Amino acid sequence: MFAYIVRRTLATIPVMGVVALFVFSLLYLSPGDPAAIIAGDTATVADIMRIRQKLGLDQPFFIQFGGWVWRLLHGDLGISIFTNLPVMTLIEQRVEPTVALTISTLLVTIPVAIPLGVIAAWKAGTWIDRAVMVFAVLGFSVPTFVLAYLLIFGFSIGLDLLPVQGYSSIRNGFGPFLQHLVLPTITLSLFYAALVARITRASMLDVLAQDYVRTAQAKGLATGQVLIGHALKNAAVPIATIIGIGIALLISGVVITETVYAIPGIGRLTVDAILRRDYPIIQGIILLFSAAYVLVNLAVDISYTFLDPRIRY
Amino acid sequence: MKHRAKAGRPLAAILFFLAAVALVSAGAAAQAADKTIRFIAQADLRSLDPIWTTAYITRNYGYMIYDTLFAVDKDLKPQPQMVDKWTESPDKLTYTFTLRPGLKWHDGTPVTGADCIASIARWGKRDALGQKLMEAVDKMSAEGESFTIALKAPFPLLIEGLAKLSSNTPFMMPERIAKTDAFTQITESIGSGPFKFVREEWVPGNKAVFVKNTDYVPRQEPPSFAAGGKVVKVDRVEWLYIPDAATAAAALNAGEADWYEQPPADLLPLFRANKDIVVANVDPLGSQGILRFNSLQPPFNNVKMRQAVMALVNQKDYMRAVAGSDEKLWRVCVAMFVCGTPLATDAGGEQLLKGPDLAKAKELIKEAGYKGEKIALISATDQPIVHNQALVTAEALKNAGLNVELQANDWGTLITRRAGKAPVEKGGWSIFHTWIVAPDLLSPAVNFPVRANGDGAWFGWPKDDEIEKLRDEWFKAPDLAEQKRLAAEIQKRAYEIASYVPTGQFLIPTAYRKSLTGIIPAPVVFLWNVEKHAGG
Amino acid sequence: MTFAPTDLAAAPPVVAAPQRGRLHDLLRRHPTAIAGAVLLALMILMAIFAPWLGTVDPQALAPIHRLKPPSGAYWFGTDMLGRDVYSRVIYGSRVSLIVGLSVAVFSSVVGVALGMVTGFVRPIDAVLMRVMDGLMSIPSVLLAIALMALSRASMGNVIFAITVAEVPRVTRLVRGVVLTLREQPFVEAAIASGTGFFQILWRHILPNTVAPVLVQGTFIAASAMITEAALSFIGAGTPPNIPSWGNIMAEGRSLFQVAYYIILFPGICLSLTVLAINLLGDGLRDALDPRLARRM
Repeated sequence: MFAYIVRRTLATIPVMGVVALFVFSLLYLSPGDPAAIIAGDTATVADIMRIRQKLGLDQPFFIQFGGWVWRLLHGDLGISIFTNLPVMTLIEQRVEPTVALTISTLLVTIPVAIPLGVIAAWKAGTWIDRAVMVFAVLGFSVPTFVLAYLLIFGFSIGLDLLPVQGYSSIRNGFGPFLQHLVLPTITLSLFYAALVARITRASMLDVLAQDYVRTAQAKGLATGQVLIGHALKNAAVPIATIIGIGIALLISGVVITETVYAIPGIGRLTVDAILRRDYPIIQGIILLFSAAYVLVNLAVDISYTFLDPRIRY
Repeated sequence: MKHRAKAGRPLAAILFFLAAVALVSAGAAAQAADKTIRFIAQADLRSLDPIWTTAYITRNYGYMIYDTLFAVDKDLKPQPQMVDKWTESPDKLTYTFTLRPGLKWHDGTPVTGADCIASIARWGKRDALGQKLMEAVDKMSAEGESFTIALKAPFPLLIEGLAKLSSNTPFMMPERIAKTDAFTQITESIGSGPFKFVREEWVPGNKAVFVKNTDYVPRQEPPSFAAGGKVVKVDRVEWLYIPDAATAAAALNAGEADWYEQPPADLLPLFRANKDIVVANVDPLGSQGILRFNSLQPPFNNVKMRQAVMALVNQKDYMRAVAGSDEKLWRVCVAMFVCGTPLATDAGGEQLLKGPDLAKAKELIKEAGYKGEKIALISATDQPIVHNQALVTAEALKNAGLNVELQANDWGTLITRRAGKAPVEKGGWSIFHTWIVAPDLLSPAVNFPVRANGDGAWFGWPKDDEIEKLRDEWFKAPDLAEQKRLAAEIQKRAYEIASYVPTGQFLIPTAYRKSLTGIIPAPVVFLWNVEKHAGG
Repeated sequence: MTFAPTDLAAAPPVVAAPQRGRLHDLLRRHPTAIAGAVLLALMILMAIFAPWLGTVDPQALAPIHRLKPPSGAYWFGTDMLGRDVYSRVIYGSRVSLIVGLSVAVFSSVVGVALGMVTGFVRPIDAVLMRVMDGLMSIPSVLLAIALMALSRASMGNVIFAITVAEVPRVTRLVRGVVLTLREQPFVEAAIASGTGFFQILWRHILPNTVAPVLVQGTFIAASAMITEAALSFIGAGTPPNIPSWGNIMAEGRSLFQVAYYIILFPGICLSLTVLAINLLGDGLRDALDPRLARRM
C-alpha cells in the first residue's frame, strides 16, 4: 500500500511536467502581450518593445521556460508581471475561498445526492425514480450563472436574507463566513448533486441486479439493510470516482460562481491572469490545479481499498 | 451499520449549517455604519506605478496616494497644488518653484525639490507631453524645498504639462523611487497624497484599501477638479472590484457598497427605483468613441477608402450601442478636441455631423478602385464599448458591400495585434475601435490619435506633414485665440486625411447611496471631500 | 492499478450487442425517452428550418430599436443592439446543437479509439493514461480561454476545448469495458485461435462499447451545450455576433432585471434541449441495460 502511494506520487511528476510544458507553449504562442497591456492605449510600438525587454519577454522560448523551471525547482513560482507580487502570495490569498466553497459544496451535495440516487434506484421505474431523475436533469440544464442570478435576485434583493456578493474569511468569524458561502454553495451544489445522484442511481441499479443482493433480499433482510449494507457498499467505488472527477468539474464551475459572487478565489485569479497574459500566475495556478487534481485522484484510488476490500494494490 | 452512522454525520452538519445561517442573517442588518467608503471601482487595481502603465485605474490610485505640483480646476486652468509660489523669468526660460511647507512622504520624511525633479524626469521619459517638455529642458536643479527648471527654448505648456490631469499624470514620488527605470515597475507605494495605501490588505482582483493620511496638509481653496484642498472626511476607503455588472448593481442596491463608479447605462433604471440611491453625472466631459484605420495597409492606405467608411458612420447608432437609449447620456460630436472644451469646433466634420451618406460612400469606394480586399475589423469581446462599436461598423460596412471580417478576441490580444504592421493576409488589421477619456483628447498637446508622424504615431501610423507642422505651431501659440485657430486647422486636416473617425461622445454616470455627499464633479474620480453620513 | 472505474454514465458493460428490434421495442417502454427524442427532433427541425420560421437576419442591428419588450413585431423582444431576439434564438439553435453534437461525436470517436488501445496494449496504457490525467487536470474553461487567446473566438475552438476535456472521460469508460471484455471467454478464444489484433477489436470489442458510449455521448452533448454557455459568460465562447443560446444569455445577463426576455427565451430552449437529451440518454441506458430490462 505504502509502496503504491509512493509510486503513484512519483508518477504524477511527469504528468505535471507535461501539463506545465503544454500550458507554457500555449501561452507563449498566443498573440497576447502583457507589455502591450501595460503600455496601454496611448503607447507607441517603441514603448511596448522597451517594456517587453525589461520583462525578459523578448527572450527565446527555451530560455524563458528553462528559467521558470529552474526557479520552480528552487521553490520559486516567480513574480506576477502586473502586480509585482510573488505568485505564491497571490495564490495564498486566493486558496481559502476556493477550498471553502469546494468543501461546503461537497458537504451539502453528498448527503443529499447519494440517498436520492439510492432511493431512485430502489424504486426504479416508478414516479419517485422519475422525479429524482427530472431533478437531476434540471440541475444539469440550467447554466450556473443564470441560477446564480436567480438566487441573488430571490434571496438577497427580494428577501434581503443573505449578502449579494463577497467572501468573508473564516478568521473574521464563522457567522459572516457561512453567510457569504450560502448562495455560492447552493449554486454549485445543484449541478453537482444532480451529477452524483445520477451516478449513484446507475451504480446502484447495476449492483441491485447482482445475485448476492437478490439472495440477501430472499433471505428476508430488511430493505434498508440490503440497500445500505450490501448494495451501496458495492456501488461505493464508482461513486467515489465520480466525486473525484466532480472536483475537477467543480473547478470549472467555481470560475463562474466566483465571478458572479465576486469571490476572490483561484478560478477568478486564473481567468484574470489569462486575459491579461500574466504568465507567471497562469503557470503557477495550472501547476497547482494539476497537483490538486492528481492528489484528489490518488485519494480516491486509495479510498477504493477501504470501500471495496476486493481491490488490492 | 457503520455506513449509516457515517451518513448521519454530514446530515447533522447540514442542519447545523442552516441553523447557523438563519441565526447569523438575523444579526447582519445591525452592522454599524463606520467611516468607511466602499467604492466599486471601474476596474481591478493591479499595477501600482502610474508612470509605468497608463491604465486609468492606476492613475486613480495615483490621485489617492500621490500629489501633483499643479492641478487643473474645472475650467481646465492649472492651479498650484504642492507648489506654494513659483516664478517665471522674463525670457520665459527659467522657472523656479517653492513647495508648500509641511509636505511629507508617507514614511515621514519631508518632500524636497530633489524628489520633484527626479519625478518629473521619470515622467518625462514616458508621457508624450512630458517627452516634448524634456526636449525643451536644459537642466533641472534643486535646493531644499525649491527647484528650478531651465529651458533651452520657451515652452508655454510647461505648467499645463505639470498639471496634466490624465495618464500619465506627473505624480511626485520620493527621489529613491523616482530613480527607478521608467520602463520598470516601482515596488513601493510611498506618496505624499491625502490617502495611504494599505499594502497588507491589497488583494489584486478583489480589493484595495486606503486609509486617511493624517499628516496631509490640504490647501485652503475649495476643491475643483484636481485643484484645491484635498480634505479627507472619512477614515478608510475600500475599492472593491466586482467583475459582474449585475452583481455590482445588486451590491449597491443592497447597501453592501456605497458607490458604484461606472454602472452600465442600461442598469440605471434599477437605481432610479431605489430612493436611497443617487444617479449623477459627475464627469462633465465623458469619453469619445474612436474608429481607427490602419493607414499603412490596403485597403485603408487609400484615403478615399477611409473617407468612404467615414461617410458610413452614423454616430447615433454607435452611441446607442455603447451608451444606451437615454439621449442625455451621449451626444453626436465631431470635435476631435471634445465638445464642451475651449478648442471644440465642427471644422471639417460637417459631413460626419449630418450622418451617413451611402451613395457618397459607394462613389468613394468606386473611385478608390476597391476590389474586394479583405477588411480585418479586430474587436475584443471582454470590452463591451469596443465590441459594440465593432458590431455597428461590421454591419455598416457589410451593407455598403465591403468585404469585412469581424475578428473577435479579448482586449489583451487586440492591443497586441494592433501593434503589428503586417498586411491583412499575414495577420494584420484594418480597423479597431476604442474609447478615450476627454482629458486625453482636449488639446493637440495630449490628443494622440490626431497625430500623423508616421512610425511614431499611434497605431495606424498615419503620415501627414501638414498636421505635424500645425501641431508644432500650436505649441508656440501665444494665446487662446491663436490656439483655437490652429486647433481648427489641425482638425480640418485630420478629417481630410481621415486617419480616424470619432463615433460620438458619451457620459458614464455614477451611482451612489444618499449617505455620501461632497463628491467632486470631475473627469477623474476623487475620493477626498466625500463625507459619509450614518443611516445610509 | 487493475481496477477501472466506470464513468459518468456508469453503464455496465454489455456483453451482447443489442438487436435493433429490441432496442425499438424497449424504447417504447420508456415514455420519457420517447418524449426526449421527440423534443430533440423538434429542436433539430427548428435549427434546420430556421430561415422559414418568420425570422429576420439574426445579426442585423438597429440600435434605435434596442431593448424593446416582446410584442407583435418582436416576438421575443430585442437585445441591447436592437437585434431580434426571436430570430437569434431560432438561429442560435444551430450553433448550440452543432456544438453539443460535434463534441459528443468527436470525443466518442477519439475516446473509443484511445480506450481500446489502452485497454489492450499494456505498455501504452501507463503512458497514455498519465497523459489523460494531465489533460483532465486542466479545466475546460481555462483551456478554452487559452485557445481563444491563441487564435480567435470561433466555434471550432469551443468544440475543441470541450472535446479535449471530455476525451479522457470516454477513454476511461471504454478502457474499463475493454478490460472486462478481455477476460471474457469469447475474446480469450479469439486470441487463442490467432485472430488478428484489429479484427478482435473490430469484431468483438467495438460493438460492445457502442451502448455505453452512446449513453455517455448523450450526456456529453448535453453538458457541452451548458459548457458553451459558461464559456460565453467568461468571454471565451463562440463569437458573439453569431448567436448561440449560450452567448445570447451571456450577453444579456447583466440586464436580467431590466430585460428578462433576453435570457428567458434562450434559457428555456437550452434547458428543454438539455432535458430532452438527458431523458433520451437515461432511457437509452435503461433500455440497453439487459439486467435492468430483466428486472422490469
